[in-house]
Amino acid sequence: MTIKSRDLLEVKDLRVYFHTRHGPVKAVDGVSFRLHEGERFGLVGESGSGKSTTGLAILRLIKPPGKIEGGEIRLAGVDVLGLSEPAMRKTRLGDLALVAQGAMNSLNPVMRVGDQIVDALQDHGVQASRKQFADRIGQLFERVGLRRHDANRFPHELSGGMKQRVCIALAISLRPKVIVADEPTSALDVVVQRQVMDTLTDVQTDLGAAVILIGHDMGLMAQFVQRLGVMYAGELVEISPMDDVYAEPLHPYTRLLIACLPSLEQKGVFAGIPGLPPSLLSPPAGCPFNPRCPHVMDRCRVERPVLQEVAPDRWVACHLYPRAA
Amino acid sequence: MTAVLEARHVTKIYGGGFFGRRRRTRALHDFSLRVDTDPPSITAIVGESGSGKTTLAHLLLGLIAPTLGEVVYQGKTFRAMSGEERRAFRRDVQVIFQDPYDAYNPFYKVDHVLAKPIANFQLATSRRDSVKLMEEALEAVGLRPADTLGRYPHQLSGGQRQRIMVARALLVKPRLIIADEPVSMVDASLRATILGSLRTLNQDFGISIVYITHDVTTAYQISQNIIVLYGGSVSEAGDVELVIQQPKHPYTQLLIGSIPSPNPRHHWKSRAVPFDTSAVGSLSSNGSCKFVARCPFAMPRCSQLHPPLFQTDEHRVVACYLHDGVPITDARVMDEVFVR
Repeated sequence: MTIKSRDLLEVKDLRVYFHTRHGPVKAVDGVSFRLHEGERFGLVGESGSGKSTTGLAILRLIKPPGKIEGGEIRLAGVDVLGLSEPAMRKTRLGDLALVAQGAMNSLNPVMRVGDQIVDALQDHGVQASRKQFADRIGQLFERVGLRRHDANRFPHELSGGMKQRVCIALAISLRPKVIVADEPTSALDVVVQRQVMDTLTDVQTDLGAAVILIGHDMGLMAQFVQRLGVMYAGELVEISPMDDVYAEPLHPYTRLLIACLPSLEQKGVFAGIPGLPPSLLSPPAGCPFNPRCPHVMDRCRVERPVLQEVAPDRWVACHLYPRAA
Repeated sequence: MTAVLEARHVTKIYGGGFFGRRRRTRALHDFSLRVDTDPPSITAIVGESGSGKTTLAHLLLGLIAPTLGEVVYQGKTFRAMSGEERRAFRRDVQVIFQDPYDAYNPFYKVDHVLAKPIANFQLATSRRDSVKLMEEALEAVGLRPADTLGRYPHQLSGGQRQRIMVARALLVKPRLIIADEPVSMVDASLRATILGSLRTLNQDFGISIVYITHDVTTAYQISQNIIVLYGGSVSEAGDVELVIQQPKHPYTQLLIGSIPSPNPRHHWKSRAVPFDTSAVGSLSSNGSCKFVARCPFAMPRCSQLHPPLFQTDEHRVVACYLHDGVPITDARVMDEVFVR
């Protein structure tokens, strides 16, 4: 991989399985990618593709029956999977912050939103007077486009967009190196979504933090991220700069996904991707996309393609592209 | 033109409570629409949460009663209908709801949702006829009956379940389908297929569709005419090409400007969007334009009187004083500007 800036986070061959009565469900099966410092990276995929599981695994928030089965996660050289639980608690929020899906519903309904952030800060060993805390929260709130006195409100007094801003304020409160934003705007209207994404862009630029945006909306990805990883059935099938993905998608799945997007620019025929995503309990042999792929070859049914760099900064896992020498 | 289903000056107010102490919310304000089936049309109703679009769906279906005004089917209100006429209404006007997971009883096979309307409306005389009807309906929405019938809901994907709902609506040969956010819970790769099924119903089976959504892009793709709701009132309505490509109401402009384009080169335009949404929908904003608190062009008169529908183009009306000077259209016949 061409190195533009220093790699901050490295995920290598990550595997997360959910153990069920019928056998292991391979939610994430061999995902590898790198995140540069200050980069905005997207993980896009349909429901069940493993994008959220990948995000949670980076924060080691996988709960039973799910388990990280293998792989490596390195944050600025530190082996995240090797950390002790107390050390991991410090790393979460401190270095790795999460804006969860429907994060706005994670606020404590009987506690003022400002106090909830103070709680988190104190838990991470920040010591300050009441006034200093109030000042710090006030600054955080202004940074995410809220008013200082909103800190004294309860969650039910805030709109969905405002609650999501509170969650962003919480996520950036300790200046993390990486923010994992898992569908941060999926419950919001487009106008509010736009404002929240603008806010996220602002704080990200301010802080110089890297962001992993997880979602299914290609439009949102196009507007926010610099590089995009496309997930399908637990695997990363393509990683490319956003502009290139849209102009010239490499993987057949990415191509079909982009072709079936409704747009305001042209009225098209409605063509979905034929077939269904495979069962993760018994994925097909070879490439997971082979039953739906229009370019399927014999080789695709037996040999699983590996993610390889076929052009500068463009990675794809597909047998259509000859293996690099 | 024959109006099948008609809303006349409909207003719906929620709340108030027994002693009127609870805050009252005007979910829909003086809304009129005629939906006809000749020629079969697709009308999109778009709005954000709280715009009154689902209230409108429930009113059109007769699930709730309007506070003011009336909903009329073939010239009769629900209250005036006989039992027989109500049955006919329940058959002629079908609905597809948002959540394809909630619409099924997990203990029954999916055949149940298809067999029930057949039995209910006595569409088949024998079991073989009944199966044949089910198979035809499934094929019309692009499902293979062999892969679908005899399965339990949890064995099917969200997209398949939603298409079975479309098949169920088709089964009774309705004249009108009200689709309330039919694709919002379905993945992108399957969304197109469901929209395709809806279009087939419209073009091949002559069924009119009221497509209710928050997603302007799919509304643009499927409909001929669009109504943009904001805070319970119409802000702009008419030919979908005009409204989407050259929006004239400041709210429609904001809404369309906020849609993230999948083309990274078409970047979101300048920001500067105020985000105070607290004034929307409450009765206190009664006399004013609902959008006045967020509108960058607000004038004094905007907070005094709700703007009427100005007919700015042959096929478009806009409820905004910025377009004062052109003829005013009576809200009751707003749909006369629609393209047919």
